Amino acid sequence: MRPATDQIRAWLDEVPDPEIPVISLVDLGIIRDLAWEDDTLVVTVTPTYSGCPATAVINLEIETALRAHGIERIELRRRLSPAWTTDWISDKGRRKLQGYGIAPPVAGTAGCNLAGDAAPTVVCPHCGSTATRVVSQFGSTPCKAAFRCDDCLEPFDYFKCH
Amino acid sequence: MARAATDDTALFEYALRLGDNCLILGHRVSEWCGHSPVLEEDIALANVALDLIGQTQLWLGLAGEIEGQWREGGGRSADDLAFLRDAGAFRNLLLVEQPNGDFGKTLARQFLFDAWHNAMLGALQGSADKRAAEIAEKAAKEVAYHLNRSRDLVVRLGDGTAESHSRMQRALDDLWFYTGELFLADEVDAAMLAAGIGPDLDDIRAQWDAEIDRTLKQATLRRPDSGHVQKGGKRGVHSEHLGYVLAEMQFLQRAYPGARW
Repeated sequence: MRPATDQIRAWLDEVPDPEIPVISLVDLGIIRDLAWEDDTLVVTVTPTYSGCPATAVINLEIETALRAHGIERIELRRRLSPAWTTDWISDKGRRKLQGYGIAPPVAGTAGCNLAGDAAPTVVCPHCGSTATRVVSQFGSTPCKAAFRCDDCLEPFDYFKCH
Repeated sequence: MARAATDDTALFEYALRLGDNCLILGHRVSEWCGHSPVLEEDIALANVALDLIGQTQLWLGLAGEIEGQWREGGGRSADDLAFLRDAGAFRNLLLVEQPNGDFGKTLARQFLFDAWHNAMLGALQGSADKRAAEIAEKAAKEVAYHLNRSRDLVVRLGDGTAESHSRMQRALDDLWFYTGELFLADEVDAAMLAAGIGPDLDDIRAQWDAEIDRTLKQATLRRPDSGHVQKGGKRGVHSEHLGYVLAEMQFLQRAYPGARW
């Protein structure tokens, strides 16, 4: 039996990201392709950051989830290009990040840092203020920056554009 | 289409150099973990080190894949290349193996390297070798953040207190000696340029010079005028510091060969 790839995608949409469990692997935009090659399911995954320690865990969780749904032959393929961008994070994922207290990446800012431009306006996930500033472009995980809100004075994580 | 064996030897060397730069600098920067002046810097340095170690896996993975074309028993894995070579087989630039010194020296080293790394990865994205181009595309996004940060801190420390200014200037003066090697093309660079795989290092130097001059001016720092160049890292002739880095980094695999966890 070969379940349809839409069905498989729905299953993977229930697998949480190991470091930010409020969003799924599908929300994160790293599942780039699902295809059957004979009786083997080929899952093409794009890494977020090249050194992200969650990568190995993500691969394991994809396999575990799919086996639980009865898929026995699975091949994971890594695809580097096109490189992962935060523009691939789903709208659902962005809303969930916001609700979790992590400011989602500002849409359409994939190349924002590349020319050394000023950071985009980041909205505080706690109070909604735009009076925020970057504390450090490097936060608690490779994908996040540390920010602070000048209105409610709370620190928060920003899923930085990439 | 099969490539001539000599080209692949050069490409193997080239991938090793790119990977070894990331590995040795990544290890150096990781030495700060738990020792930085403030928590945010500790986290930032650990993040930069992590990116570099991730990029190491990609470049050394490519080197091993190329080596598999002629090595009996297949090419070495990225781990084997990292943990089971001795200093003379490492191909990193001398700049990246220099000790951390104080925070200013670490940031000066990072900035001098990031400016080169960023220009290199920009050019390598157009490489005739698709695998190299893909790794460069991935790494470039990370290194853009590294450069933004090290540039910013060089400016803040250079244009900061009298103490931070003098330390940053001293760091630049000490490290300048090692920057010439970044642009000295040898036969491997020439072969890669001819094959359309690697960039012309004169072009990289022009971009680097522009970045350095612009930033140092903003930082009120003086560009060292020494023309002395120390070289050798790209062909395996290293400063004594590399051996100490390897002694720590490779200890476990040397003491317990094949250990896994």
